[in-house]
Amino acid sequence: MTAFSMTDLATVAPEIFLAVLGLALLMAGVFRGDRASGWISWAVVAGFAAAAGLVWQGGGARALAFDGLYVSDAFSLFMKQLTLLGSGLALVLSIRFNDREGIARIEYPVLFLFATLGMMTMISANDLLVLYVGLELQSLCLYVVAAYRRDSVRSTEAGLKYFVLGALSSGMLLYGVSLIYGYTGTTRFDVLVEQVAGHGAPALGLVVGLVFLISGLAFKVSAVPFHMWTPDVYEGAPTPVTAFFAAAPKVAALALFARVLVGAFGPLVEQWSQIIVFLSIASMALGAFAAVGQTNIKRLMAYSSIGHMGYVLIGLAAGNVSGLRGLLIYTAIYVVMGIGTFACILCMRRQGRTVEAIADLAGLARTHPMVAFALAIFMFSMSGIPPLAGFFGKFYVFMSAIEAGLYVLAVLGVLSSVVAAFYYLRIVKVMYFDEPDAVLDRPIGGTLAVVLAGTSTFTLLFFLAPGPLLARAQAAAAALIGG
Amino acid sequence: MTGWPILSIVTFLPLVGALFILLVRGTPEAVARNARAVALWTSLATFGAALVLWFDFDRAEAGFQFVERASWLPEWGIAYHMGIDGISMPFILLSALLIPICVLASWESVEHRVREYMIAFLVMETMMIGAFAALDLVLFYMFFEGTLIPMFLIIGVWGGARRVYSAFKFFLYTLTGSVLMLLAILFMYFEAGTSDIPRLMAHGFDPRWQTWLWLAFFASFAVKVPMWPVHTWLPDAHVEAPTAGSVLLAGVLLKFGGYGFLRFSVPMFPDASAFFTPMIYVLSIVAVIYTSLVALAQEDMKKLIAYSSVAHMAYVTIGIFALNTQAVQGALVQMLSHGVVSAALFLCVGVVYDRVHSREIARYGGLVERMPAYAAVFMLFTLASVGLPGTSGFVGEFLVLLGAFKANTWVGALAATGMILGAAYMLWLYRRVIFGKLVKDDLRHIRDLSKREIAVFAPLVAITLWMGIYPASFTRVMDASVAQLIANYDAALARKGAKVAGE
Repeated sequence: MTAFSMTDLATVAPEIFLAVLGLALLMAGVFRGDRASGWISWAVVAGFAAAAGLVWQGGGARALAFDGLYVSDAFSLFMKQLTLLGSGLALVLSIRFNDREGIARIEYPVLFLFATLGMMTMISANDLLVLYVGLELQSLCLYVVAAYRRDSVRSTEAGLKYFVLGALSSGMLLYGVSLIYGYTGTTRFDVLVEQVAGHGAPALGLVVGLVFLISGLAFKVSAVPFHMWTPDVYEGAPTPVTAFFAAAPKVAALALFARVLVGAFGPLVEQWSQIIVFLSIASMALGAFAAVGQTNIKRLMAYSSIGHMGYVLIGLAAGNVSGLRGLLIYTAIYVVMGIGTFACILCMRRQGRTVEAIADLAGLARTHPMVAFALAIFMFSMSGIPPLAGFFGKFYVFMSAIEAGLYVLAVLGVLSSVVAAFYYLRIVKVMYFDEPDAVLDRPIGGTLAVVLAGTSTFTLLFFLAPGPLLARAQAAAAALIGG
Repeated sequence: MTGWPILSIVTFLPLVGALFILLVRGTPEAVARNARAVALWTSLATFGAALVLWFDFDRAEAGFQFVERASWLPEWGIAYHMGIDGISMPFILLSALLIPICVLASWESVEHRVREYMIAFLVMETMMIGAFAALDLVLFYMFFEGTLIPMFLIIGVWGGARRVYSAFKFFLYTLTGSVLMLLAILFMYFEAGTSDIPRLMAHGFDPRWQTWLWLAFFASFAVKVPMWPVHTWLPDAHVEAPTAGSVLLAGVLLKFGGYGFLRFSVPMFPDASAFFTPMIYVLSIVAVIYTSLVALAQEDMKKLIAYSSVAHMAYVTIGIFALNTQAVQGALVQMLSHGVVSAALFLCVGVVYDRVHSREIARYGGLVERMPAYAAVFMLFTLASVGLPGTSGFVGEFLVLLGAFKANTWVGALAATGMILGAAYMLWLYRRVIFGKLVKDDLRHIRDLSKREIAVFAPLVAITLWMGIYPASFTRVMDASVAQLIANYDAALARKGAKVAGE
């Protein structure tokens, strides 16, 4: 292997920048102590913004680095910026929350930063081992932040559960990688494509390896039947951390999913498409039915996220450019809606204490009309009612399913979206139809208000100018299928 | 024709009014007062603009007029494409007419959250007019589904005792139907390469697919109309909605179903329409007879009128699928007439409900002694609903029956029983509420119609009589477009016949 060159470094400039920034902030934090957590958080947010700028500057042209282990293209550009947006917003939501809960510590923003760095590595991975390294960097940070409220039994339980099950899934993934390596002799995606193409039926061992790989990845996006950790972790983790889980790691894992399946195993689409169809149907159905009985709003959002992953996977199952584009658009819109919804959940405090029951939202439309309006927008949008943004996400994934001839999947998908609409409506019902019981605290705080206003405006008015997002998603999807 | 995008103005003017209401500040009383005023003036201005459309409308032209087109999703060829023909024009006028009436009817009866209430109605207006004017299927779907959110809130926030149940039922029933239609829309998009309605009409879908596509659209429109047996959301929603909400449900939302059949199912899937016509006949006749009998047994005034709506809308579906000029025109007139008359009947119930706070028929009796003006208005609309010559109801039902007899004698004969049953339940309702002895104590001091209520009813009375006495003013608008619809349908069937004969 030759030594790396300057072009290699230019390709990974955003990642290097974040890594250096993370180390510097960690040092600063160690010397300054926990009082510094406020400005370190903002510094990390600024760092995310700067990294997004660097990603943007790198452009969407396809570039390989480190002998093809690492790739940068329009797809990674799209997904990285989305991840940075999700992480940044989740961190902004955390700052005030941690202060008020008395759990503000310097490790928190730094862990966010390293988790995001891991996600960016995942997105740009062009090799199964780089993929694994990125995944582990991300996961280890996430295990810690899930258990971040260390005096709370629920939070530590969430962290431990996440860790044990996550380690299991990493093991499965690694086992799959070793089988794939054994049968093809390579771990690089672009070589894998050539290996698996044009050899007739693939070797059984390769298919088994692929199944293990998909299982591990399905775990990370919490697709049924690998979803068991999601409700407990969502409920137990501190709310901003849950927002983070809902937004950023899912994006990265989906990017990985798409890159591995479409990029590296594209010729085997017949083999993996059925698995994805199954994951998709099971996730949509479970997400819809299991959420109906929930009383805790964070748990409900966990099932809702499982359902959403089912819809996103429809795009992947279609396996064509329009499917990937649907996946990207859906993910982007989902990140914004998810962050917005969790911002609303963060508003749920009573006498300085957080409350999480859906019933606590009763009469919110009277006491906090703007928060209720925003949450109603997110709920209608998540159930896919036009003209809100969520409709467009569903529209494009179903479009790809119809184009690919997956009629049964499409019909089951829309029907489960009706079931899901029931529980989203229930939240609207509690806010708008029920009488207020005990009033939630106000004011909700400046940063929350800004995040809420931004995300809800995007969701409400997306239909006016869907063009830019569509065009970028199209370019990103084309980059993956073409390359 | 002027250079103004008049159709877009009519569509989005209410939304501008809603924004204004959002900006109103001040004490709760001032906000409520201003919200009412802004809503009323905006909706009146919209109605004025709709009248401009009506008078500028070229009656001889069968195609789409006032066409506007703007790029929206360019990569997809999905555009903001609006335009109206003789089938959609009357519905736009109807929607624009009913909103100011709704606002006026809710002037005093809605006291809490007036601002949100008025915003909901104005948003509804934009969605309704947009759905009738959209010439792109995706755009149509956006408007069509967009009505769900405000209506859900109207029923749920300002409705009666079982409002939550009814709001959910309304929402989920409608959504289930329309998501299937969405899939059909996407399929058509790939099949024809466009979502433009005029181009889809000319496309000629493979009969193999027509059956499935027709069924998917049927799932949505049958729920909207509503046809038996998926009508059960309607009595619940109508009964629990506030008066103005029932007016919009009965007046406009049900018409989406009939309009959808005429705009999409018949011209785009003619073979499937012909194939499924017997099914439509059977379902409609069951609806006419069954729901009329159910209406006879009702104790609740609103519920009785709701069931009568199902029966009346069944005439519409018979008329649409009898597919001759008289029947289709009859169906259109019947929809307009039902839009005005059932809306007025719900308003009549609203009048006494505001005073006594009960919808039970047994709670009333002898109202004619204290409320002569009310009794007269109620009588006019009762008779219009029954189909008395000289009122709008007669024209619609007569034309539909004429067309139905032409298409199939049995269908016509069975459907005609609905007129008899309709007379039975409506007149009986009228007798129990208005006539008889005034024995209830609190009814002895009940007030007759106020000036505001007279202003609410006056335009409806005028239109009901006008449509009954001189229907040509309305049918002339439809003539050309209906003739073209029938001609295209017959041509499509003839082509298929020729193909079969050729093989």
